[in-house]
Amino acid sequence: MRRRLAAVGLAFIMGAGWSISTPADIPLPAPPKAKGDRCVEPTDLMRRNHMEFLLHQRDETVHRGIRTKKHSLVECLTCHTQTDAAGHYIPINAPGQFCQDCHAYSGVKMDCFECHATKPRNSASVHSKSAAMSGTSPAHLSNLARVVGNRP
Amino acid sequence: MKSATPNTRPDGERRKFLERAGAAAMLLSLAPGVRLVELVLARAEDQPVSAQMRWGLLVDATKCSEGCTDCVDACNDEHGLTGLGRPETDAQYIRKVGLRDKTTGKTHSLPVLCQHCETAPCVDVCPTGASFRRADGIVLVDKHICIGCRYCMMACPFKARSFIHEDLTDQVPESPRGKGTVEGCNFCVHRVDRDREPACVEACTEARHGALVFGDMGNANSALSQKLRELTNRQIRSDLGLNTGVRYHGI
Repeated sequence: MRRRLAAVGLAFIMGAGWSISTPADIPLPAPPKAKGDRCVEPTDLMRRNHMEFLLHQRDETVHRGIRTKKHSLVECLTCHTQTDAAGHYIPINAPGQFCQDCHAYSGVKMDCFECHATKPRNSASVHSKSAAMSGTSPAHLSNLARVVGNRP
Repeated sequence: MKSATPNTRPDGERRKFLERAGAAAMLLSLAPGVRLVELVLARAEDQPVSAQMRWGLLVDATKCSEGCTDCVDACNDEHGLTGLGRPETDAQYIRKVGLRDKTTGKTHSLPVLCQHCETAPCVDVCPTGASFRRADGIVLVDKHICIGCRYCMMACPFKARSFIHEDLTDQVPESPRGKGTVEGCNFCVHRVDRDREPACVEACTEARHGALVFGDMGNANSALSQKLRELTNRQIRSDLGLNTGVRYHGI
């Protein structure tokens, strides 16, 4: 009886083993296309090293106030977030979205979005912000003079 | 007449030369504050912040009215601070405080926020270096290395910091915040780095209260420095000798 049970168990385990998918069966991630024509770095380099760029940029930004756009996480979001049928942004870490699609495939957990925004503000305020930040609005220029002061 | 011309022309050139030399000498002679040349233009995007600047804020309590929360509302909106209806633990970067003189009954209303101390107690006690003072005087938390021990909250004499107790979603892009880290007013560092004023100051100015003046205390010509010279002002808890970046007039 015990031997028969063991045989059944063995057959079950082997059966389970056979049903495990091989890498070839798992579909490759197909992240949605970004808005820009090309990324800030070559795709191969980004795939392997995007975390290094982000890590470097985070220290430069937080500690030294350097806010160049090239490796900025906010800029990644701006380019890579998708909108749904109603025009609302879909969080970038939602299933099938740019970040999550690859991270699910490679089995790597992202910590970024426990704190960082997963989508741009809403579309209206994004536009007003970017106008102000581009330095073209008169309000921005007058603020500059007031904040920094006219130097001798 | 003809002989006068060669005499006047060299004189003119000599004068110009002397003027230029004088200007150059002036620039050089201001050695301790030599920011004149390099900071005439705002900092380039790829340049680090400079210790020659010190960001500061003057609160004119005589213009700050009781019940007005324009600065607080603007701050909450800017940083996406949404309360959970738990005032004891909900995050606040800036809050309105009422003062009352027990003898005269005179009352004041004023905002209290991180005072951006030169010798900040929160920076002293932080075990990981997450609480730090940026070269231009802004006191910040690097949430990437904050372990949430809350020593800084204990050390701060102004109750300026908050701790995030619960999971958050829908943060705003400019102000990342998450569970298990401490946070506080950062003078809207993302705006300041792009030559804009903090949200509270902008709101106060736009509503024509004019109770908040923001600027560079390191530059004698900034609006803030001029105002600080003009109005009597003090630091709160000046007994602690922290050299705060936030000053108050009218209290």
